[in-house]
Amino acid sequence: MITLGHYLVVSGMLFALGLAGVIARRNILIVYMCLEMMLSAANLALVGFSRFHLVNGLPDYTAQSLVFFTITVAAAEVAVGLAIIVALFRTKQSVDVESVTKLQG
Amino acid sequence: MPPLLFYLLALITLGFGLMVVTGRNPVTCALSLAASFVGLATLFLSLDAYFIGIIQILVYAGAVMVLFLFIIMLLDIKAEEGKQMNLPAIISGVLLAVLLTLQIIAVVSSTAMAKQSTQSAPLELAAAAEKIGNAALLPTITNDLKTGTLPDIKLIGFTLFDQYGFHLQVIGLLLLVGTVGVVVLSKREKGGAA
Amino acid sequence: MHASIILLLPLFSALAVLLGHRQLKGAAVLISVGSSIISFVACLFFLAADDDNKLLLPFIHVGQFQVGIEALIDQQSRGMMFIVSFIGMLVHIFSLGYMKDDDAKPRFFGALSLFMFSMTGIVLAGNLIMMFIFWELVGLSSYLLIGHWYQKASAAEACKKAFLTNRIGDFGFMIGILLLFGANGGNVNLDDLGSAFTSGPLRPDAPGYSAGFTTAAALCIFLGAVGKSAQFPLHVWLPDAMEGPTPVSALIHAATMVAAGVYMLVRVSFLITASPLAAEIIAGIGCVTALLAALMATQQNDIKRVLAYSTLSQLGYMVMAVGAVAMAAQHGHDPHGPNPGHPAMFHLYTHAFFKAMLFLGSGAIIYACHHEQDIWKMGGLRKHMPVTFWTFAIGTIALMGVPPLSGFWSKEAVLGTAYDSGSNILFHAGSITAALTAFYMTRLLIVTFFGKPRTDAAHHATEAPMVMILPLAVLALFSIFSAFDVLATPLQALKPPHVEGHQTVLFASLVALIVGAGGAIYLYRGKTSDPVNIKLFANKFYFDEIYSVIVRVCQDRLAWIVTGLERVFVDGLIARLPTAIIARLGAATRMLQGGHLQGYTFLLGGGVIAVVYLVVFVLPRLGH
Repeated sequence: MITLGHYLVVSGMLFALGLAGVIARRNILIVYMCLEMMLSAANLALVGFSRFHLVNGLPDYTAQSLVFFTITVAAAEVAVGLAIIVALFRTKQSVDVESVTKLQG
Repeated sequence: MPPLLFYLLALITLGFGLMVVTGRNPVTCALSLAASFVGLATLFLSLDAYFIGIIQILVYAGAVMVLFLFIIMLLDIKAEEGKQMNLPAIISGVLLAVLLTLQIIAVVSSTAMAKQSTQSAPLELAAAAEKIGNAALLPTITNDLKTGTLPDIKLIGFTLFDQYGFHLQVIGLLLLVGTVGVVVLSKREKGGAA
Repeated sequence: MHASIILLLPLFSALAVLLGHRQLKGAAVLISVGSSIISFVACLFFLAADDDNKLLLPFIHVGQFQVGIEALIDQQSRGMMFIVSFIGMLVHIFSLGYMKDDDAKPRFFGALSLFMFSMTGIVLAGNLIMMFIFWELVGLSSYLLIGHWYQKASAAEACKKAFLTNRIGDFGFMIGILLLFGANGGNVNLDDLGSAFTSGPLRPDAPGYSAGFTTAAALCIFLGAVGKSAQFPLHVWLPDAMEGPTPVSALIHAATMVAAGVYMLVRVSFLITASPLAAEIIAGIGCVTALLAALMATQQNDIKRVLAYSTLSQLGYMVMAVGAVAMAAQHGHDPHGPNPGHPAMFHLYTHAFFKAMLFLGSGAIIYACHHEQDIWKMGGLRKHMPVTFWTFAIGTIALMGVPPLSGFWSKEAVLGTAYDSGSNILFHAGSITAALTAFYMTRLLIVTFFGKPRTDAAHHATEAPMVMILPLAVLALFSIFSAFDVLATPLQALKPPHVEGHQTVLFASLVALIVGAGGAIYLYRGKTSDPVNIKLFANKFYFDEIYSVIVRVCQDRLAWIVTGLERVFVDGLIARLPTAIIARLGAATRMLQGGHLQGYTFLLGGGVIAVVYLVVFVLPRLGH
């Protein structure tokens, strides 16, 4: 039997994977992709809760509305973020995360 | 849904997620992420969230990942060299991931709410027909419920426009601002290097 | 009142001379000499003063702790005061002639006045702390006077050596004073201490008596005398102190300062009597010093060195007598009666006169031979300097102990006490030393005054001026008559009563005299160079070399240890370790804000995990 717990654990593992990727990778684009993965993991948790919190016998669509908004915002954010990365690339000529670090030490 | 199916889909999602994290080539990572999103969408579908699942494929896998691939191609990013491994970062990342996973498993397994399953909490569509409040004014929704199908899109649409109408407008504005911002950021400086 | 005059007049004279000599010029010297004469006159009145223990000046008063400038006036201090002021006055007059051509006369006379002040302070001291203060001042004056010709490297070395060796002794002295201070409840007044040791809580049969403590206190105080009176093993400074001008040697290193140690020991004789072991050690050290110095004197060729070693030897006699008196008291030869006297003080008294005169006489000789000091470059001065010769001869036979001169009586008293003390070694060693004394003094006399002049300087020597002859003559008279009651009683000399039945002592001293003098006459008559050549004695038993090696080795070892400790503890543990810790901590903390995006993310994730852990796992257990 697949319970809510299973979905939550999958969501958690996906989030952890995303976090590991953000910390460990050096290419800024791949870091960004892992960030998106984290967002999706949160979406999965939300959808799971929506299904199992029944209002009048129907799923609770408040959570699904939130997922809708999240996806929208994530898309807009990706657009803007990539534009920034392109602008950054134009100056630094590198997509290394360390290349934008100006602090020494 | 049958457990085997769930595990398969979860494996797909997580497996491609792992490939995103460990892939050398950025294109490999992007495509793996798209595949992971598809797996995720199937998981949404299994939770009776049809609209969200389709939106996930359309927007995420369809638009966002394609945008990623465009940018990768535009910037012509080569594969990362293997010997530039950042060992402390890798170790700390793995450590955090493991810890977080363990914590979540521990928390989830100790709550009662997480023990519900789709069988134990079925949707009562017929009974919902009378009780859905203002949505009952829409005959299509009521008819669908009476016939035993879940009008997912209609319900979510109704919720969005009825309860969260204002938020929807704000999101629209956000998208507008985002578009304008992208255009501004992409401008080249006069006489600046490409 | 007289005590205050005698104490303070030299101080003012010293201040006036040392601070104002540029304005005073020639008068500075006369101020100093005048002050010594006035002090002497005051001292003559002082001889008739009553026994007293009065506070002249409250010096320190801190809570319960009180120390004052007190004067303890009794027969001992009156007698010593006479010696100090009398010989001081004579030396001042002698210096007028001896230092006539010196460039730094005001400095010399100022230091001389300072010395008179300090020595008076020791003599009058009524408590041990005051004595210690003036003890140190005397050491300072000695340093200034020995190093008067400081441009000469040997003089600078000698004054430093004197001060440092004295310092070692003073350290022991201070520890002894502190021990007595603690034992007697903060009171180191000599009268009070004396009564505490004879009839109070510190006497031998009291319940709280501790033999070990008393011995320790006695020996520590004795260390002060070892330093000041140049006993073995701190005797090395006295011969080198002859680098100073001869009047200084006469006053300080023959008659007064070196005698201060003996004076102090007699002052604390109650302490020595209370500890028989200390008495034996003191007597032993005195005996060793006397014998060793006499052996070293037989091979010296500098006239002042011979006299210096002779002084060392006689000081050894005095210290031996101090210890022997206490030992004799154990055997029942307790001195009692209205005028018990003390052999050490008596010998000090007679010795002061003839030794000062011998030194002044040698000064006259050196002056006449144009500052030549080697006796093998003199000779035949008997005809050229008759007065000097006769006074020197009188001093020599007084020192040798020829009856009926003063030296004979005091030496017999010392040997008698040694005989009574119950230790054969003391008596025999004393007798051998007496023989050696006769030997080297006769050697000195013959080589310097008899025979033919061996150099031109000696050939052209003339008699010294009157200002130098007069003190010699006066002192010669005293050398002859000072032991007789006609002089001894008014001068408050602590003359022990003549003991009947000491034929052995009389016999021994006479035999020693004849053997020593005869040997010297036989060996040295008519010789132009030394027939006997014992390197060990001539090189002073190599004490100086041994000490310098010890000091160097100790210093090196100590420096090595301290360097090691410093490198490990002070530098490493206290300076480097905190620095390293702080630097590492800072480097680690700096990484928190390194500007690395992923670092921040890591911290974020870590924070979230920590918070989740706390909220979900820890707080429920604590009951929130």
